[in-house]
Amino acid sequence: MSILVDSNTKVITQGITGSAGSFHTDQCLAYGSNFVGGVTPKKGGTTWTGKDSGKSLPVFNTVSEAVKATGANATMIFVPAAGAADAIMEAADAGIQLIIAITEGIPVLDMAKAKRFVQAKPGARLIGPNCPGVITPGQCKIGIMPGYIHTPVKPGGKGIGIISRSGTLTYEAVFQLTGMGYAQSTCVGIGGDPIIGTNQIDCLKLFQEDPGTEAILMIGEIGGTAEETAAAYIAEHVTKPVAAFIAGQTAPPGRRMGHAGAIISGGSGSAADKIAALKKAGIEVAPTPADLGITVQKAIAAKK
Amino acid sequence: MKIHEYQAKELLAAAGAPTPKHIVARSPEEAGRAFEELGGTGAMIKAQIHAGGRGAGQLKGYAEKLGGVKFAPTKEKAQKLAEAMLTHDLVTKQTGPEGQKISTLIVQADAEPAKEYYLGMVLDRAIGLPVMMASAEGGMDIEEVAEKHPEKILKVAVSPETGLLPFQAQKLAYELGFPADQIAAVVKVMMAVSQVYFSKDASIVEVNPLAVTKKGEVVVLDAKIDFDDNALFRHKDVQALRDLTEENPTEIRAGKANLNYIQLDGNIGCLVNGAGLAMATMDIINYHGGKPANFLDVGGGVTAEGAIEAFRIILSDSGVKGILVNIFGGIAKCDLIAEALVKAGREVGFQVPVVVRLEGTNSARAREILEGVKAELPMIRAAAGLTEAAKMVVELSK
Repeated sequence: MSILVDSNTKVITQGITGSAGSFHTDQCLAYGSNFVGGVTPKKGGTTWTGKDSGKSLPVFNTVSEAVKATGANATMIFVPAAGAADAIMEAADAGIQLIIAITEGIPVLDMAKAKRFVQAKPGARLIGPNCPGVITPGQCKIGIMPGYIHTPVKPGGKGIGIISRSGTLTYEAVFQLTGMGYAQSTCVGIGGDPIIGTNQIDCLKLFQEDPGTEAILMIGEIGGTAEETAAAYIAEHVTKPVAAFIAGQTAPPGRRMGHAGAIISGGSGSAADKIAALKKAGIEVAPTPADLGITVQKAIAAKK
Repeated sequence: MKIHEYQAKELLAAAGAPTPKHIVARSPEEAGRAFEELGGTGAMIKAQIHAGGRGAGQLKGYAEKLGGVKFAPTKEKAQKLAEAMLTHDLVTKQTGPEGQKISTLIVQADAEPAKEYYLGMVLDRAIGLPVMMASAEGGMDIEEVAEKHPEKILKVAVSPETGLLPFQAQKLAYELGFPADQIAAVVKVMMAVSQVYFSKDASIVEVNPLAVTKKGEVVVLDAKIDFDDNALFRHKDVQALRDLTEENPTEIRAGKANLNYIQLDGNIGCLVNGAGLAMATMDIINYHGGKPANFLDVGGGVTAEGAIEAFRIILSDSGVKGILVNIFGGIAKCDLIAEALVKAGREVGFQVPVVVRLEGTNSARAREILEGVKAELPMIRAAAGLTEAAKMVVELSK
């Protein structure tokens, strides 16, 4: 079992003919994901072929055409920042249920509009933007994460669910978990921007309900108050073991650390505040990024 | 991107907000002339730097107590204040102890406030929408008000499709307790704040204080505007307001090489891929007793040229006694990064230890490459794990 994506997910890539869109679609296909087409305006009617996977996909001018022809229910967006919010809204309008926006650097006000647009479409869910994507190991990879570091859950078994605001830090976590023999049910990169579609609580809810998820690892960073809100939610509603890590304990206030979201301002959103809130909710917090796997193990042991 | 107070006030004035007249001055003579032009009966002299806390700050090395904002009753005093500010760096709670050089002043018509209010528009991340904030407790201590009396800050969510609506502004103005004859002027300021926020892709538009003068006029006495860097591409007019002298030159250089670099005050340089991992790497250095000298995210598609420039930038900080390279190879392959590292070592010349932790795609080949240059580049030390790498660089940098 898993959340959000599995072997039945039918995916298209918006921006498939761009260099990043093309490369990563190819890598996803090589991993075994079920990609069924791509969208690039003015290139409709052509065929895209991946170098590594050797697979070919039809290219459409609009998402709506692609959905009609392929029955796609998910999209991976690589459209450049200036047009990415429009691409998100186009996908929602065409009836796509799972919209995964990889693009970074989208203007905040564009996202404020796109988020409201997606919220108004029943059944549509946005992941990201500025995220590595979503992977259910062994079944479906939609995004830029290196597939081979992940471990699929054995039939009838369980795995760790990961929720993360950061890309490479997620890979670090998966690498440690795989090394310790823990499979992963699904890894969700929710994105590092101030406005994101799906938040920690949305994912916590899905993982709590997923019979294939044994424990949850939540990777956060400074900025905003989402981890504090999530901690309160976990205390109330999550019975599965939860471990967490917060990056940015040594970041100076008022400076932006790469992710537009990672900025402490107005005295809220510091790592210390977040760690205190998480600990108060009974969540195991990893002291350093080298302890992500061990902390998951501790959280599981503590619940037994 | 940040801009100066006078630029912010000019943008708000163009959007219809009443602001006191000001003249920009870059020398004591210009300040004197501006003083006369404004009527010659007294004016405020205000240093233009991007950091806040100017009024309560202190000119570094100046004999008298003087910050970056002061009233001048005479032309002579205006010139003397301008001279002092233009020849001394200003230290405020936001500049750090080294202070900031002042190259521009404004001479502002005197508008003595009888009461001060606060207005600000920012994104409320919890709801994913901009909010207009307003408080009757404006002035220098608004941060304290926000912390101790959050109920004294009124907030209204604003739709990105419509911007602030006139009725919302009017409701806020009444709730702030303005008398009937000042409501229209306050609404005008709020609508200007919203217009600038949305039309220029601002991330913060703040009026603090919004003042009611002793004559009963409503004016924007001070303003601060920051812009969303991701939206600058569609605002050439905003880009033109950038003042590079206010920014760290090394950070500007890194930006040109597509590197995300922030200078800090420790002695261990960091080179990492990914912002989250870069922050976490700083944290683990700190955890093992070291102090990071910088935040540096080389991004996912790091090239040999990018890595070499990153090393040059890290090593341009003479306080750096060791470097930690922490790369989790995903799409970026570890062997390519190891090769870039060797090339960088040959071109830049490592005088300090460089501890390298490469994990992920092709990491075994990367370790072979580094092993092969052990004799040639003895400063490169490979570490097996993240904890070992952090401990090693902290030890070697002592």
